[in-house]
Parts: sequence; C-alpha cells; structure tokens
Amino acid sequence: MALNGVFYSLMILAFLAFFVSRFLTLKTVKGDIRRLHSRPVYYGLNSLFLTVFPAVILLIVWSFAQSILIDEKVKQQIPENFITEDAPLNLIMSEVDRLSEGLKQLVDQGTLSATKVENEDSELFGIEDKLESAGVFLSSSISPEVLSASRSKFAMEAFGSSTRNWLAVLVSVLGFFWSLKNSTAEFRARNHVERITLFLLGTAATLAIFTSLGIVLSMIFEALRFFGMHPWTDFFFGSTWAPSFSAGSELSILPLLWGTLYISFVALLVSVPIGLYSAIYLSEYASKPIRAIAKPLLEILAGIPTIVYGLFALTTFGPLLRYFFGDGGFLGVEWMSDSRSVITAGVVMGMMLIPFVSSLSDDIINAVPQSLRDGSYGLGATQSETVRKVILPAALPGIIGAILLAASRAIGETMIVVLGAGAVAKFAGNPLEALTTITTRIVSQLTGDLEFDSPETLVAFALGLTLFTITLGLNVLALYIVRKYREQYE
Amino acid sequence: MTETFHTNSLFNISDKTKNRNAAERRFRMYGILAISIGLLMLLVLATTIILRGTSAFQQTFITLEVDLLESKLDKKGNRNIDDIKKVSTFGYSPILVNAMKQALEKHEISTSLKKKALGGIISKSAPSQIRDFVLEDVNRIGQTVVFKFLVNGWIDGYIKGRYSRESVANSKFASAEQFDLIDQLLEVGVVEKKFNFDFIFGADASDQRPEAAGIGVAMVGSFYLMLVVLVLSLPLGVAASIYLEEFAKQNVFTDIIEVTISNLAAVPSIVFGILGLAVFINYMHLPQSTPIVGGLVLTLMTLPTIIISTRASLKSVPPSIRDAALGLGASKMQTVFHHVLPLAAPGILTGTIIGMAQALGESAPLLLIGMIGYVATNMPNTISEGLLSPNSAMPAQIYEWAKRADPAFIERAWGGIIILLIFLLTMNTMAVILRRRFERRW
Amino acid sequence: MKDQTYLDRESNLTPGISKISAKNVNVYYDDVQALKDVSVEIEKNAVTSFIGPSGCGKSTFLRCLNRMNDTIDICKVTGQILLEGEDIYDPKIDPVQLRAKVGMVFQKPNPFPKSVYDNIAYGPKIHGLANTKSDLDEIVEKSLRRAAIWDEVKDRLSSPATGLSGGQQQRICIARAIATSPDILLMDEPCSALDPIATAQVEELIDELRENFCVVIVTHSMQQAARVSKKTAFFHLGSLVEFGDTEKIFTNPNDPRTESYITGRIG
Repeated sequence: MALNGVFYSLMILAFLAFFVSRFLTLKTVKGDIRRLHSRPVYYGLNSLFLTVFPAVILLIVWSFAQSILIDEKVKQQIPENFITEDAPLNLIMSEVDRLSEGLKQLVDQGTLSATKVENEDSELFGIEDKLESAGVFLSSSISPEVLSASRSKFAMEAFGSSTRNWLAVLVSVLGFFWSLKNSTAEFRARNHVERITLFLLGTAATLAIFTSLGIVLSMIFEALRFFGMHPWTDFFFGSTWAPSFSAGSELSILPLLWGTLYISFVALLVSVPIGLYSAIYLSEYASKPIRAIAKPLLEILAGIPTIVYGLFALTTFGPLLRYFFGDGGFLGVEWMSDSRSVITAGVVMGMMLIPFVSSLSDDIINAVPQSLRDGSYGLGATQSETVRKVILPAALPGIIGAILLAASRAIGETMIVVLGAGAVAKFAGNPLEALTTITTRIVSQLTGDLEFDSPETLVAFALGLTLFTITLGLNVLALYIVRKYREQYE
Repeated sequence: MTETFHTNSLFNISDKTKNRNAAERRFRMYGILAISIGLLMLLVLATTIILRGTSAFQQTFITLEVDLLESKLDKKGNRNIDDIKKVSTFGYSPILVNAMKQALEKHEISTSLKKKALGGIISKSAPSQIRDFVLEDVNRIGQTVVFKFLVNGWIDGYIKGRYSRESVANSKFASAEQFDLIDQLLEVGVVEKKFNFDFIFGADASDQRPEAAGIGVAMVGSFYLMLVVLVLSLPLGVAASIYLEEFAKQNVFTDIIEVTISNLAAVPSIVFGILGLAVFINYMHLPQSTPIVGGLVLTLMTLPTIIISTRASLKSVPPSIRDAALGLGASKMQTVFHHVLPLAAPGILTGTIIGMAQALGESAPLLLIGMIGYVATNMPNTISEGLLSPNSAMPAQIYEWAKRADPAFIERAWGGIIILLIFLLTMNTMAVILRRRFERRW
Repeated sequence: MKDQTYLDRESNLTPGISKISAKNVNVYYDDVQALKDVSVEIEKNAVTSFIGPSGCGKSTFLRCLNRMNDTIDICKVTGQILLEGEDIYDPKIDPVQLRAKVGMVFQKPNPFPKSVYDNIAYGPKIHGLANTKSDLDEIVEKSLRRAAIWDEVKDRLSSPATGLSGGQQQRICIARAIATSPDILLMDEPCSALDPIATAQVEELIDELRENFCVVIVTHSMQQAARVSKKTAFFHLGSLVEFGDTEKIFTNPNDPRTESYITGRIG
C-alpha cells in the first residue's frame, strides 16, 4: 500500500468515526441530547481523534526509526576493506543513498520490477544507462559492493514502508472500534477532547521551538565536521581567505569579518544620525499631521525587499559613485575601479536601516516620561537643550540597544552586499574599494555544485554559525538593555 | 524705555538667550534635514524603480507574413510528423529571413544587410515559435501565416533608447544599419512597441533572449512558496501561541521559549537558508530548488513573526471576556476557541499577512537552496508538480536577471521589482485595512 | 507713549505689593474652555495658594504663569498676565527667560536621571549663571542649603538623584528650581505624591522660602493651604470664585460655593 493510499484510508475512517460515534451516542439517549454529558460533536471528535492520531504517530515514529535502522544495517554490509581514504564511509553511503533512490524511481516508473531488483542479480548490470535516462546521475561507475548494498537498502525500505503502511491502517481501524465503546451518555467526551487538544497545542509550541533548536544543532554539527577537516586556528586566526579546488585552501574568517564590519560601520554612519535626528524631530517637534505622514513614509523604506536595494546599489548608486570617483570620471580622480565598493553597499544599507533606527528610537524617546520634559522646560530650558541634555541621556541605553539591533541587521544583511560589495577578501582601508563579507562568501560557497564533504563547502556552515553567534549575541544584549531601560520607567 | 524702569526686564533678550535660540533653530534644522534626507532617499528609490522598470512592460514586436514552405519544412512532402520534427529550429531560420525580405519588398525598403543580420533583427525565439505552430498541425505547411514576433533585445534596446548607433559601433550583436532599417520599419508600421503581457505571465528565457524572458513562472513559484508558508506557519504559529498565552504556566521553560522566539525573529535570513540546506536538502534529501523546501525555510522565518503578533492580539483581548465565558460555565478550551480566538482573529490575520509579505520579498535563503541559476521555463501543471519540481521565485528571478550582464535583463529585473512591489503593497494595504476596520479599543 | 502705557498698567496695581497681575485670563483646550475670566493679584514675598476640586482649572492657571502651557499644542490663552508690569504673553518675550525667572515644581518629583549635583547645576548651566566651576559649586551648595536638604545629600552629590526617597527627591526638585534664582516659585501640588513626614518637611521649607521668593502653590488639601499660605484663591469649574486672605476664606467666605467646598459639601 502506498503512502497516499494510507492517507485516503485514514480520511475515510476519520469521517466514518465522527458520524458513526455521534449517531450511536445519540441513539443511546434516543435523541435527547440533554441526557448526554457533552454535546454530540465532542463524541464524534473523540472518535475521530482516536482513529487518526495513533496511526499518524505510528507513521512518523516508524519512518524515523526505519531510516536509522536501515542505515545501520547497510553500513554493516559494506566490506571493511572497501572503505579507503579516497572513498570514506560517508561518501560510499551517499552513493548508496542515491543509487537506491534511483532504483526506487525506476521501479515507480515501471522500467524495472521490484522483484527483479530484489532477486535477479545479473539483469541489473547496465543499469547506469537506465538510470541516466530516468534523470539519475551517478558520480562514478557502480561497483558491485555499492550495488548490492543499494539493492538490499531498497528491499528493506520497500518492506519496511509497506509494513508500516498496513500497520497504520490497522491501528486506525482498531482505534475506530475502540472509540465506539465510548458512545455512552456518561462518557466525558468533552474532557477527553479538550485534553487531546491541549496536548496538540502544546506539541505545536514545542515543535516550533524544537525545530528551530534542532536546526541550530545541525548547523553546529556541520561546522564541527568542517573543523575536523580544517584547522580551527586557521579559520579564526589566519589572515587569508583563498578557497581553492585543489587541496590547501586558506579559509580564514578575519578578512571577511573586516569587510563585514567595515560595511556595517558605513551603514551605521549613514543610518544612525539620520534615523536618530528624524526620530527626535518626529517625537519632539513635528506637528501631528506631519508625523502622521512622515513616519509611515519613512517606514516604507524598511518594507522594501532587500533585493531592491541590492539592485539599486549595483545598477544605480555604484555606477553613480564611479561616475564621480572612477577612472576618467567627473572629478578626474581614479579612486574607484569597480562600481562595487564598501561605500556602495554601506550607504545603500544605511538607507535601509534609517527607519529601523528611527522607529526604535522614536519608541524609546516616547517612553521618556513627560515629567522630565516638564521639569526641564520649567527651569527655562529650550526644547533642544531638553532633548540633548535630558531626554537623550535618559534614553541613551535604549538608543544604544536600537543601534545594536541595527548593527546586527547590517552584519547579517545579504542581498545588498552580494550585489553591491564585491568579492575581494583582504584588509583594505579604502572605502571606494571592493571588499567582501561573511554573508557574500556563504552565498558563493553554497551555490552551484555542492560537495558536502569538502572543507570549501563546509566552511559556509562555520561562517554561518559565527554569523549566527554574533547576531544572536548582539540581539540578546540589545533586548536586555532595552528591557532594562523600559523597566526603569514603568 | 526698558532701561528706565527695569534692569532685568523680560523685554531685554540677553545675548545668551539669543545664542541659545539660534542653537535651538539649528537643532530643529538638523531634524528637518534628517527627515528630508530620509524622504529624499525614498523618492530617489521610487523614481529609479519607475524610470528603469516601466520599460520592461513594453516590448518591440515585428509583424511578418511567413510562408511555411514545404521545400524547407517537409522535404518528402508526406506530412509525416516524425519527419517534420527532425527539422530543428535552425531549419526554420531561412523561412524567417524570406518573410523579412518579402516585407521589405512590399514596403519598398532597400537594405544592404546580409541574411544573417536581417534575421538577427528578430528574436532568437521566433524559429521555435513557428516550429511549435507547425507541429501543432502539420497541414499548416504550405500556408502563409501572419506572425507577430519579438524583436531582438539589442534592437528593442535601441527603440527604448538604451543603445545608439555610436554605442554599437564595435558590437557584434547589433549594427547601425540594422537600426536604420528598424527606423524605416517603424514608420511603415511593421515594427511596433506594445504592452508585453508575456513579461508578466511568461516564462524565463535563456540569457541569449532577454526579450523573451518573463516573470510568470517565478510568480507561480512564489505562489507555491506562500502556500507552503501559509499552510504550515499559520496553524502551527496560532496553536503554539494559544498554548503559550492561554495555557502554559509561567516557568523557566516558557521563559526560554519566550526568549528564543523574540531572538529567532532577528536571526539573519541567510542563516535560515543554511539551515534549510543542511537539514532539508543534505539530511532529509528533499529535492533541491523546489518550492516545498523554500516554503519550509520561509516558514521557519515567518513563524516567530506570526507567534509574536498572535500572542499580542490574544493578550489584547480583555480578561473580562474570559471571565464572562468562564462564569457561564464554559470550559477554558471553549472560552478560548469560542470567544478569545474569534476576537483576536483580525490581529492574527494582520500579523500573518505582514509575515507573508516579508517572506515573499525574501531572497537570501532561496539562493542557498538553489532557487537561482535555474531557468524557470515550465509552468507546473498540478499542485504536486508545483511543490516538488524545481522553480524560481520572484525575488530569486530578479536576482538571477541582475546577475546576467545584459542591460536588457537589468531592465527586466527592475520591471520584476515593480510587480513584486505591487504584490507587497497590496498585502500591506490589506493588513492596514484589516487593522483599521477591525481594530477594537476595549 | 510706551512709558505712558506702562504707567497706566502700573497704576492699576497696588504699587510695590503685586508681583503678578492677571486680568481676564481665558484658557481653551481646542474647543473646551478650561478657565473663564480669571483675574488675580499675587503678592510679593508671600505664599498664595490655589484650592478647588480637581479639574477646576487651578493647575492650568498656574501653568499659565510661566507659559508652561505653550508646550501643549492645543492650548490657547487669552487675556493679560503681567509680571512686574510686563505682559508675559507679549510675542517679544522669550518664554525661556521667563521660566528662569518663574521657577516651577511639579506634582510628582521628577529629578533627571543624573547625579544630584548635575540636577541642581542643570539650570545655572543652561542659563550661563556660573562662569567657573567654583561658582557653580557655590550655587549648588547654596540652593541645596536653601532647600534644606544639604545635610542629607552633601556626601552623595555624585550619586543618582533617582535613588533618593520621594521627599528628598521633591526637595531636590525645589533646590533645582531655586538654583536659577527665580523671583517666583510655582508649585503644582508639590506634596500630593509624598507621605505625611515628607509633606511636613516640604511645608516647612515653603514657609522658609517665603522670605526670598514669591511662592504660588496649588494644593488639594485645604489644611495645607491654611497652614502655609497668606492668601488663598478658590477655583470652581474654571472660574475664580473667591480670592482673599487665607484666614477669611476659611472662616468667613463670601461665596456660598466656597463655603460648600470648605465644609466638604462639594469637591
């Protein structure tokens, strides 16, 4: 039985369960629903839940267990002398995975029959052509060891899945009949249904958290694999970023970090003064109608997708800068050789961050109690003196929090730097030169053909993990500062 | 007069005060300046988008009468479809050149252009357009049919003012003579610039044919992405929020969840792309470049947004409503599902729409799971194909075009941005209207 | 001619006694009239208190006296308020200078989140009253002494003022207002957020301040008005009902409304 067969069976059983149990319950009280403990719909739902959920849980648990068990079994089948340094176990296993996946496709398409794959040895050689015509490409020719492992994997999977599917339907049917015995007036259907619902809600909450958590763990795992292949000292303390396809890549994060921080600094240099002064003006000076128009207009800047900014940097702002500073340019200086540069990416990123800084600062300035303003005005301070000497110092922690949040945004920003910053990894100080960033390198290492076993690919996970740690740290710090700040005035 | 009765009269504005007032005015100016710069940037961005993007919606077409010559297309003359299929698009080029020549004769235009340059005026997609037409019904061979073809991207660029005779002086793709001819053809109406629906609804084309590229397939890709995001993140997010807000007890565990969620919302989007690559593609072996994987990644990104806004709107339902329901003997679960949730629904919906709009404009994670570098040419036919076969998405398609060096693709990238922004604007307007319409003040 | 007008104004006052003279003051918040035709004469070197039920306009009137209402966009003031004969609502007057001369203390203690020293030094600094650091030190010490809080805070001038007790904070605010050496001190229910002991301290302080300043105090408590003030004005529903010597207002009011309020029938 195929998986969608199980799906349809469960649907039909669920439907039946709901109406049958509802009908039976109503029959026991001869249609007088006042004698029931719960409303009839709860009896139906109770049956429905009992029919569906155990089966679904079985499907999920079984699938996970099956994939782990089969993997173990297949690993044991590969002869030890077959594993060499050139072909480590994980490489062989991925080959096996792909081949058994290909066999499955061929069987699904009807090119091969399942029994043939499982039993008849000789028929299978020459299978490469068939696979290729089905769109499955293998990196090397198939060795008998790999083929036999793949075949046994295929056989085990086929057997396991079909057992699982039949069992799931069986469990569902059992659940259905079991639930029918609860079709009595005394049965506390509502309480049962609510308990199950609560369990479901709780599961959703945990799921939302644990997927995120598990995924972070997986990234750590991949990063650790990278550090197993490449010295961590070079990654954190080396001075060169030079991935090469042959061995001997130098993969240090420092030049990338330099580019990232430099561009983020330029972005903050643009966005913080503009954002902060805008926030001050909007919250302290602007009349209501001006505020009502200017604030949402500024916030549009934050809602524009970053790809738009990236394209703007690449095709409009960069060339404009180059027109002024480039070879044979307007100013007659030759400071810029490419339209991608630190300034190109930094200024455009700054544009994007303006509303970020301004709306956060606006909130924070508004949280400063009016009594402080009154106190200052009452002493004869002008509005700007009040802002500079009373409000800003009082709001300083919050504003620092806002700037940190903006910095974390800038460091993690991808599209603008991918399109506007360039690809040169070095410690350069000229802001009109191209530099590269962590995010840009992640994109370039992880696009195109990927080998998940080379340090050149896996370094992206280490970069990602570092990026994640930096931004998370900044964020936690910023949220902590802002929260402390708010508590002060609550 | 003031000196006569008061030394410290208020009418005596001291120098100090004058200075202070000047400082006040300066400070105020800085504020106005800052806002103006911010708004100016918005204006510049908007103008750039409009100026550079609108031309993508227009395309130059050429109308030609094409003789579907039997001698070229069906040499055996037996209308056997298998034989006719053997004629590649290359074999259709002479027919095109012929049609071109006829058109020139008809309008008494003379040209010094050679065959290849003549054919080069028409898009490289034209031969396959005729071929598809012929293969649909082999009996059309021998007829004379009026076709409307796209004009090559370089020629189109000349008509849109991107190229001039000087700028193509050394180009091997276009020549001044071709431009001369186009000017004449424009005059007689054989060539015309028209609104190009294929840009909105069509498929992407290879980098040789910018004039044929459209964003339609990527739009469908984005639609499937959003479908996955909606189906997964809305129920999961709402269920999680209800649990956290209404049922969970305050303890260390819920505190951790709280902190995790608020921090997840600020994780750089590219990190989600890396996670998607590691977990969904490398570990779970889901097919690369597909909307299902993209949707899963974007779901992880959207979930915190939805949870935060849902919790906020659940919180805004006053406790008195809960008390009222509980007082009537409703169970806690009934209270939540019958009263609290419906009252919070507009807020939840608003948050969902905003989260989806963010996801729709997001491109960085899509790059990593392979939704670029891929020419999205096929419209998916079924839902499962839509989810499981490789596709692009609007922002990824725009990025893809931006990377191709040809200015004709840059124009399309800006055009794509206009379409993307129209979607985002619609979604955000919907959110604003929902909020205005259903916002309650308790 | 201007001298003439000035003399005309002066002639309306009782020379040498009136510090502030308000005539027909009306205040509007948008369309709502908060004060109706208030005219009052406030004496030098005396404490004047404004009493009345909440929302009667007494605080609004107080805030007119140093143009604090300017900071509220929707507020409009008509009529005439003369400070030593000068119209404080004259467009040529800078409210900043006015407020240095007419200090204000607010309902809730509102020290800036800075050190005690910086709180006091803030006013003198912005108005440029001290040329040297030692001048400033002197002003700070003098103000704190006058506000009768020097002994309590002299050892912690650099610690944050927000860490002090409520009564201390309010006296810091008074010291802060004194530091710009104003002629007049306006106090808007200065004790309403304080406990009885702190209230007693502040009241004692007000009594001492009377010698050097013209003090105007808005209060909710009739006992307080009776204790500290020489003159009392009773406001009701936006108008000034009765103004006169405190003793007379509390023992033998002219207006039946005042009597009702004093005896607790309205308010």
